[in-house]
Amino acid sequence: MDARRGPLAVPKVRRVGFFTSIEPSQDSPRPNRSLSGPAEAITTSSSPLSDSPSGQFISPVQIPPLRHRSDNLAAASRAAAPVPVPVPGPSAFRRQLASDRALHVGSYNPVDSLLGTSPPSSNGEVSEDSGSLFGFQRSDSAKLSASFPNGGFDMTMRVRAPQESEAKVVIASTSDGRKKNVEPSGTSEPVAATKPRKEKEQKSLKEKTSKAERRAIQEAQRAAKAAAKGEGSKRAGESSRAKPSKTAKQTQPKKDVPQVTSSLSEKRTVSVEKERRMDVPQAQMQYDDKSRVDKAKRRSVVEQTESKNKVELFLHLPQYERGNQLPNLSSNIFTLDTIHHAVYKVGLQHLAGDLSGDNARCIAMLHAFQEAINDYTTPPMKDLTMDLTGKINGYVSFLIECRPLSMSMGNAIRFLKNQIRKLPVDLSEPEAKASLCSEIGRFIDEKIILADKVIVQHAVTKIRDGEVLLTYGFSCVVEMILLYAHEIGRKFRVVVVDSRPNLEGQKLLRRLVARGLDCTYTHINAVSYIMGEVTRVFLGASSIFSNGTLYSKVGTACVAMVANAFSVPVIVCCEAYKFHERVLLDSICSNELGDPDAIANVPLRTNTKHAKTMDNNKNLQFLNLMYDSTPAEYISMIVTDYGMIPPTSIPVIVREYRREDLLL
Amino acid sequence: MPDVQSMVLEFVNKLRKRKIEGSQATARCTVELLRSVISHHRVPHHANQASALIDAVKAVGAQLVAANPVELAVGNVVRRVLHIIREEDLSLATAAVAGLDLLDASDDDEDVNGKGIGYTAMSAAVVAAAARSTLRPPSLQTLLEGTPESATVPYTSSSGADSESKSKSADKSSITRKLKHDVIEGVNQLIHEIAGCHEQIAEQAIEHIHQNEVILTLGSSRTVLEFLCAAKEKKRSFRVFVAEGAPRYQGHLLAKELVARGLQTTVITDSAVFAMISRVNMVIIGAHAVMANGGVIGPVGVNMAALAAKKHAVPFVVLAGSHKLCPLYPHNPEVLLNELRSPSELLDFGEFSDCLDFGSGSGSPLLQVVNPTFDYVPPSLVSLFITDTGGHIPSYMYRLIADYYSADDLVM
Repeated sequence: MDARRGPLAVPKVRRVGFFTSIEPSQDSPRPNRSLSGPAEAITTSSSPLSDSPSGQFISPVQIPPLRHRSDNLAAASRAAAPVPVPVPGPSAFRRQLASDRALHVGSYNPVDSLLGTSPPSSNGEVSEDSGSLFGFQRSDSAKLSASFPNGGFDMTMRVRAPQESEAKVVIASTSDGRKKNVEPSGTSEPVAATKPRKEKEQKSLKEKTSKAERRAIQEAQRAAKAAAKGEGSKRAGESSRAKPSKTAKQTQPKKDVPQVTSSLSEKRTVSVEKERRMDVPQAQMQYDDKSRVDKAKRRSVVEQTESKNKVELFLHLPQYERGNQLPNLSSNIFTLDTIHHAVYKVGLQHLAGDLSGDNARCIAMLHAFQEAINDYTTPPMKDLTMDLTGKINGYVSFLIECRPLSMSMGNAIRFLKNQIRKLPVDLSEPEAKASLCSEIGRFIDEKIILADKVIVQHAVTKIRDGEVLLTYGFSCVVEMILLYAHEIGRKFRVVVVDSRPNLEGQKLLRRLVARGLDCTYTHINAVSYIMGEVTRVFLGASSIFSNGTLYSKVGTACVAMVANAFSVPVIVCCEAYKFHERVLLDSICSNELGDPDAIANVPLRTNTKHAKTMDNNKNLQFLNLMYDSTPAEYISMIVTDYGMIPPTSIPVIVREYRREDLLL
Repeated sequence: MPDVQSMVLEFVNKLRKRKIEGSQATARCTVELLRSVISHHRVPHHANQASALIDAVKAVGAQLVAANPVELAVGNVVRRVLHIIREEDLSLATAAVAGLDLLDASDDDEDVNGKGIGYTAMSAAVVAAAARSTLRPPSLQTLLEGTPESATVPYTSSSGADSESKSKSADKSSITRKLKHDVIEGVNQLIHEIAGCHEQIAEQAIEHIHQNEVILTLGSSRTVLEFLCAAKEKKRSFRVFVAEGAPRYQGHLLAKELVARGLQTTVITDSAVFAMISRVNMVIIGAHAVMANGGVIGPVGVNMAALAAKKHAVPFVVLAGSHKLCPLYPHNPEVLLNELRSPSELLDFGEFSDCLDFGSGSGSPLLQVVNPTFDYVPPSLVSLFITDTGGHIPSYMYRLIADYYSADDLVM
């Protein structure tokens, strides 16, 4: 667990994208990190991303985890120190530091740079490559600086190698020693020493050896897997919970005792595999799947009646009659037993549509969970982790009945479940509850509230005097940006574009005008009329998928498209916790349907006889789409709490930061 | 003719107050008004009949166009009527000359001196001019030759020339009557054409709409309605998405009519156009006006749909009756050929009255509301025009338009 997290967590020191030099933002974009030692030290030493040695150095997977444990601050800062310095005598340096495990980290680089053969891609790109090859299941990278830019090399084999035979390790390291040194700390010295020589030979030798070698290692791997299976299946039940404590124990002596580590790494691999499976977001429920819908219905609390006149294209989404079950449900609030009243309240708010805005929904949900956890007592004979997870699952499915969750809520729930899973077994119940509540509070503070502040700081640098900014609908981050820019004296004009049926833009308009901003209000059809005078478009987001697709309030795509046609830059403001590793190509497959009556009812004007009377005709349907997806090509920039990035960087952010958030 | 004058004034008022909406209704009213203008027009005997009529129509037309410059159909129809007058005049002239020619030939020559030759030469010239102007391309040659196109000059000169031969006045009045009659005939034809353009266009529906297609439309257009229904009547089953067209909600009206005719209709919000376009096979809209460059003025929101269609390679088809073809080339049409409607359609004054006050201290209002009526679609986004004469590509529209108008009338 830890081991896996380690290398991934390292890039925290790296700032992604373009950064403004605003001081306050320096430490805030790294929320989950205990900001004590290493982060600080590293930031100062390597914060300019362009610094090439450090760029190489911080390739996330090269770095053993110990380095950023906050307890060995000194080691970390020392490790950071050598980075930009071209180390004169690597071997001497190495020898001197050999005793210090933490300094492995630093010492890799000098070797690399000395050899000068580290592939050109040994910076960020490498990490992406290796990530795509291996996913996250590498448990063992702790031991070794694992994911080297390996040409088709499976990483695990290298890791497992020591377990099989020491010799293999050496071979492994020699075979691609050109690229990296793969030494457990015990062998590091000889390997390092032989390296320059080997490196010369390797160029010719490499092809053959690596082939034979690969086979050997594959076999080893197979054997290891078989062994692990026997053991793993036994442990599977408890493994996930046992993990943290185990890793806590193991991290310290790990390097010195390769045998132990390797056997541990097997188990860990199994549990990690399992966890990975759990981490994969479940496929969304498809509502045209009859059997599953029926099953879900039996369990449901909210009795939704299916709408009579469904839109055929969206049969896979829930289409219910609205508004009839609310009074009934709200009277139930005193009698319910399965669902905590706070969660119930949030659910009803969702059902009634009182809560809007992703952040608001997410925060409300998390607060409700906090309350529910506070009131929770483990039933006798039951295990807190299991039982609480079950309870949370129940709450979540209730919330889904009320309204499909947004992506960000899904992320928050995954975070919470991970927290529960990771609770140490020896924690008493009140302690566990307190820790969970504080974790939730921290999530809200860091991932949402602080993140918004950072985003405002970044985005405001993009607003200059005399600009005409266009925004669509209501996004609280965009509102904060506009108000802040106004506060610091920027002179600009805002165009608020709105659309039926929610007319959220009016809310934004009211707030902006009340604060004295110069506003123009129009509807979405007129967006190409107004776009000619606009210089920048600021959009909020509900989620951003890892293919760069922006999933947001319906109409966002239209605005972005028209802006693109008029060559106006589109800036999307989105907290990183809303990023999602799913991919999405169109707005049909994954969406949410609102109340069709909201469309059927138009503000009546005198001479227009509208379709309201035809409601019951089965040929006439009203489709109230809630979201749409904007292709990445329309987005110029995404402002997030990690900086300002292009949409192509979303998968990187998701990969490098998401893990750490969930697992921390 | 005070009644005509009052009719004109009444119509101008209607236009000015935007009481008449929709280019087809406007076109029909305009052409009917012009017909009565022509039929009530009394031409002084000595004057040139055709040019007098043209002047009268032009005067009325200028009033109408000024009343609602955005409604391009008015100008189009006025130009069409002017064109009819010129054409009729020309054909009468050729006929007269030819008749004279015949007469000249038949009444076998007692004096075959200069006169006969003069006549034939004259007639040849007139026929040539007539042929040129019926061919109608406003070519450089016709411009340079400087014959003011309507063959009135040769006609008058010829009628002047044969002054001595026949009873001049009788002949002239009969010709006047004939001209007026022919013009009114032509105008009636135009009315008929405007009224029947739906059917003409709808006949082509079957060529464009297939089984199981999904069609997106927006705005409320009778042409589109008829077009879709024509395909439906031919037993094609397809689905229609209608964008509701806030803030006027004309989409709802269209949807209602479509449902009444048994089409499967889904009303979507305007904001969902981009989301839905990936499942749409064809976008069909009715134009407000088609410019000579192939650009389209349509209901607001059309440009968005056109861009989305372009992005997804969905055909964007514009239906336009011939009265919507405008011979002008647009400049900055988004602004100049647009019209801002009342903000109250977007914002409730009552609700926002407090906000509207905020600006009063500084003088300029803080809150502006923009509510345009039309949208301009550049020709590059249009896949096809379907007019009552068939399908055309945007780059051909200038030529099509040249058939309907004479170059003299472009500037009114």
